[in-house]
This record gives sequence, structure tokens and C-alpha cells, in this order.
Amino acid sequence: MIVKSLEISPRELLDQTGWELKPQGACKGDVCIPLPEDIYTHQGQVKVELLARRLNMPLVRAGENNLWALGPQGGGKALATAYAPDFLLPDLVNNRDFQLSELRGQKVLLVAWASW
Amino acid sequence: MWQQLREELHPQGLEIVTVALDTGGVAAARPFIEAANSTHPSLLDQAHQLDELFGIVNVPSGVWINEEGQIVRPPETAYPRRPSFLDREIPADTPPELAARMRLPKQIRIEAEKYIAALRDWVSKGAASRYALSPDEVIERSRPRPLEEAQAAAHFELGQYLYREDRVEEAIIQFREAHRLQPANWTYKRQAWSLNDPTQGPNSVYEGDWASDVIKIGAENYYEKLDM
Repeated sequence: MIVKSLEISPRELLDQTGWELKPQGACKGDVCIPLPEDIYTHQGQVKVELLARRLNMPLVRAGENNLWALGPQGGGKALATAYAPDFLLPDLVNNRDFQLSELRGQKVLLVAWASW
Repeated sequence: MWQQLREELHPQGLEIVTVALDTGGVAAARPFIEAANSTHPSLLDQAHQLDELFGIVNVPSGVWINEEGQIVRPPETAYPRRPSFLDREIPADTPPELAARMRLPKQIRIEAEKYIAALRDWVSKGAASRYALSPDEVIERSRPRPLEEAQAAAHFELGQYLYREDRVEEAIIQFREAHRLQPANWTYKRQAWSLNDPTQGPNSVYEGDWASDVIKIGAENYYEKLDM
């Protein structure tokens, strides 16, 4: 995820990365990684550098800009769980936002393609 | 491309969702979606979120998800039928070097029939299909993500962001770094090459180009052999 400040809201983290902060730690599907208590600022924001270290996520800065990308967890597999990560993307046929979880109860073939 | 199969399998409980991984946005993806006359959800992923979420490194890639929202097959090459580029005629008067480049796509291994037969089997048998993998197998078969590749993802994301902000020179630095860290990621390479030159031909901006890089690995290895 793109980060312009090293303190972000838990909601933003969840929407952008799928990691949900719960009392037991950072969770995705059935995986939870414990976090230190000082992961939050007094304002309840998440300290990105600390989170990145704990989750083994690269935090890469673009030159000297206040612009970073927080990459995915390294050192494991692309899928840490078999639960399909949810996502929200625009549907250009029905002209609305589509969320994968809407299709719970149906089999889904998800196909990534590109114009290039 | 998928509409015909969708019409066949939707009554049996399958939905097909296509997702365009396109930094070029609506302008890049919409003409193809309109030409396909799709009725299934046809999504645009301008920020390439799915690359990272599922571990996608080339297109087209298919992921199977069951009724409970569990992945039963991680990303693998997914063609609904024999693509037209395998049968494209090369005019006899084509200069030899260009002809050699044009022959490359024809040497790519495509296993559409095998893939679609497996898909039909899963749609009819569900969990009892031998193609439906257990959660452990799905995780095991998903791509390894060493730290360099996680870093490559971060650089690629910065590159796209900077490109959308019209900071092209800065974007190129990030794309080049992503390519260096994960050279086997065709999505990162082809997306960046095509933003520079839609034909993805030889250029002075990046280390490689489509034909040169395919020759290096051998066209038959462009897609991994299906393990099904």
C-alpha cells in the first residue's frame, strides 16, 4: 500500500492490505501475528515502521519524498491462508463497485488479464 | 473471451469474474471489455492489487474459489480456448529478424483444453473433483515470496503511483528496481514496457523487452506447465 505518513489508521491498513488489527495481533484469514502494545500512537494510529518490521513487510521510500510503499509479507508464500482475500474494485460492465465476498455461495473463477 | 464459457457454466453455479490489471485504467481496459460483450463482472484493477494479494506474475491467470470463499486452486495460466496468436500468419516478405520475433508467440505452450476440462469437472463435482485442492495444498502451491520479491512489489507499487502522478522519470526508477528484484515477474515487466512502448519492443529505458526476455528463457517456458 502507498503511505504518505508513517502513522496510518487501522481501517486504511485493513482496506489496503487485508491485515486486520485485533486484540490478539494482526490477522488475515486464520493467521494472526502478535504485535507489541506500543504499535498504536496515542491517537490510535498504527506505527507503520514497527508494523513493517513485525510482519516482515518491506517499507520502501521513493527518494527523499514523503512517499513510501508498504509491500506484502516476505519470507513465506504469496498465500498465507486459503481464504480468498476480499477486495473492492470497479465493475465496468455494471458500472458499480464489486466486492468478491458478494459471490459467497457460488463457485468463482477469477481471471486476471491485461490489455498490454 | 470468457463469455461463452460463462453462459455454459453459470447455470451450474459458476460465476466468472475477469479483472484487468492495467495501470492505463479505464481507457486501456474498456475497449476490450466492450468488444467481449461480457455479462459477468468485468473489473478494473488499476493499482495491480491482485498481483500482490494472490501472487500473480503473468496473465491470464485463473484462481478457483469455492462457495465458502476458500481458494481451491491458486493462480495458474488460464486460457478458455486456443488463442489466435498461435495461428497468426507471418507474411512471406517479412524481414527475417522481425519474422523471428513474430514466431515467438506461436511457440508459447497453451493448455486451454486441459484447463477447461478441469474447470468443468470442478463445477460439476465440487469438493469431490480431483482438481479441487485442500487449503494446505493451495498455500503450498502458491508462489514463494522471498523478501526480495516483497520488496519488488513495493517498488512496483511506487512506480505505478508515480506514473499516475505523471512523474514518469521517477516511476521508471521504481519499475527498474522491481524488475531487478523479481526478473521472473512478467506482469511487472510487461506493464512497465507497454507504458513506454505499446509494442514492448527494444528500448533504452529498461534492461529488456518482450522478445529478448522470452528468447532468454525459451518461449515454451513463458507459462509454467499446468500441474493438474
